Amino acid sequence: MPDSLPSDSVGLVSPQTIPFDEPIELACGQSLERYDLVVETYGTLNADASNAVLICHALSGHHHAAGYHSMDERKPGWWDSCIGPGKPVDTHRFFVVSLNNLGGCHGSTGPSSINPSTGKPYGPDFPVITVADWVKSQARLADRLGIQQWAAVIGGSLGGMQALQWSLDYPERLRHALVIASTPRLSAQNIAFNEVARQAITSDREFHDGRYQDFGALPRRGLMLARMVGHITYLSDASMGEKFGRELREEAYKFGFDAEFQVESYLRYQGERFSEIFDANTYLLMTRALDYFDPAYAAGGDLAKALAPAQCEFLVLSFSTDWRFTPARSEEMVNAMIQARKKVSYAEIDAPWGHDAFLIPTPRYTDIFTAYLDRVAREVGA
Amino acid sequence: MRPDLEIIQQWVQPGNHVLDLGCGNGTLLDFLQRERGATGFGLEINPDHITTCMGRGVSVIEQNLDTQGLDNFDDGMFDVVLMTQALQAVRRPDKVIEEMLRVGREGIVTFPNFAHWRLRWGLALKGRMPESDALPYKWYNTPNIRLCTFKDFEALCRQKGIRIKSRRVVDGQHQNSWLARLWPNLLGEIAIYRITRENAS
Repeated sequence: MPDSLPSDSVGLVSPQTIPFDEPIELACGQSLERYDLVVETYGTLNADASNAVLICHALSGHHHAAGYHSMDERKPGWWDSCIGPGKPVDTHRFFVVSLNNLGGCHGSTGPSSINPSTGKPYGPDFPVITVADWVKSQARLADRLGIQQWAAVIGGSLGGMQALQWSLDYPERLRHALVIASTPRLSAQNIAFNEVARQAITSDREFHDGRYQDFGALPRRGLMLARMVGHITYLSDASMGEKFGRELREEAYKFGFDAEFQVESYLRYQGERFSEIFDANTYLLMTRALDYFDPAYAAGGDLAKALAPAQCEFLVLSFSTDWRFTPARSEEMVNAMIQARKKVSYAEIDAPWGHDAFLIPTPRYTDIFTAYLDRVAREVGA
Repeated sequence: MRPDLEIIQQWVQPGNHVLDLGCGNGTLLDFLQRERGATGFGLEINPDHITTCMGRGVSVIEQNLDTQGLDNFDDGMFDVVLMTQALQAVRRPDKVIEEMLRVGREGIVTFPNFAHWRLRWGLALKGRMPESDALPYKWYNTPNIRLCTFKDFEALCRQKGIRIKSRRVVDGQHQNSWLARLWPNLLGEIAIYRITRENAS
């Protein structure tokens, strides 16, 4: 909890719920008759609506990207390190839009929302959402906010996939796509980790085939395990080693199977906390959206060909110790962009924190992010 | 404008797709984009230079020529491939030149002449490794690990069947001098070569 708000914070913010009553057709063939999106905005939209930036969140993210909801809030929004006055995404210059994606569990319509046709929570009946579906719903949000073209669409990890998808589906509606710590498709290993997480959830006895809300139950254990597995893939061996090493919670081995190593209790704590705030069906849905993402698929596996419609400029960033989406995956994307004659810049940033590095403001990352967006701001007269 | 840039820009046609190997802070590409409507990329490994490029709207890829080569670029995808003052800093200049002319129709290369009289003088009289405006480093910390003379470079081109379309010789400040034109391998400090694999011009 901050005693006073830092000067480079966007300050106190409050989310708004925006209803959409026009049905949205989804990639799976189903459609949603109506839906809500929960949105936060920071900064001011300029007169010609040219300074808008869209922030796309990753697997467990949401609309609360910067600032504080109240003076009692323990931590600011999830990307507060990069969004605010004088920060890389400078709210003095940009109008920043951040939303909770469709299928999420932070207020936007998702599996835990009430299904109007049954009067009960959707649960497992909520359609599987794809990255392209998200982008479609975000385009409608842009319409609603009076934004014809984003100065930039920015995202890390799964958020980066949305930025990439934007460039293909609405080429004329964004000037820049910032694709950070991302990949053009999941590898077999990535999908395998997701499958372990899903199995952990669906095999929890409290899961009730996804209808746990109807039973007043919660698959806490499964969700906790899923998060523990996921969390390991977000960190690097080195950063875990640095943080915990082989440190024990007490002085000697107890010759049992309780959490004796610090790393065990850390993972349990992270998992437990997550299981209290996140919805299991949303977790299943988000991991599936990751698995399915593969824009090259429709172009016979040729990513350069798939990129043909893109008109924006790209900034692709990777992190040296990210083993979830390695620098090689980013380079694959960059090479396809080069082949497709798109404007692209690329840097691999040296950082010890694995995949999580995209949330941590290391000097080089901040410098690049700031320099690039400063130029975007100048370009749109912000 | 720096005279070498003035010369180089005359050799880049409007709208050309350009690759700049070791593009530094992007001065040349920025200039070519604005003045010649060129498109393209720079490759660079210096983090500060990369940031500067990104801040000025020059597309830059972090890529090390020594370890990564140019494998990620297709044959003939560029009109011109530039390499200013970087040839002497790569591990295998011969391979880089071949790669330049694989991915590009034409190459423009500039490098310092190790046969310039001041360098010859320094080595002959003082018996020390030469230093100059164009080569301001000590032998132990120089990034310039593959120094050559104009004659060496031209011999390499002949050996590889590469045609030299033009050559301009300037001094250390990139100024044109009639003396350097008269006796380039002795009096020229920096040469700007325009090379190609194409036969007829």
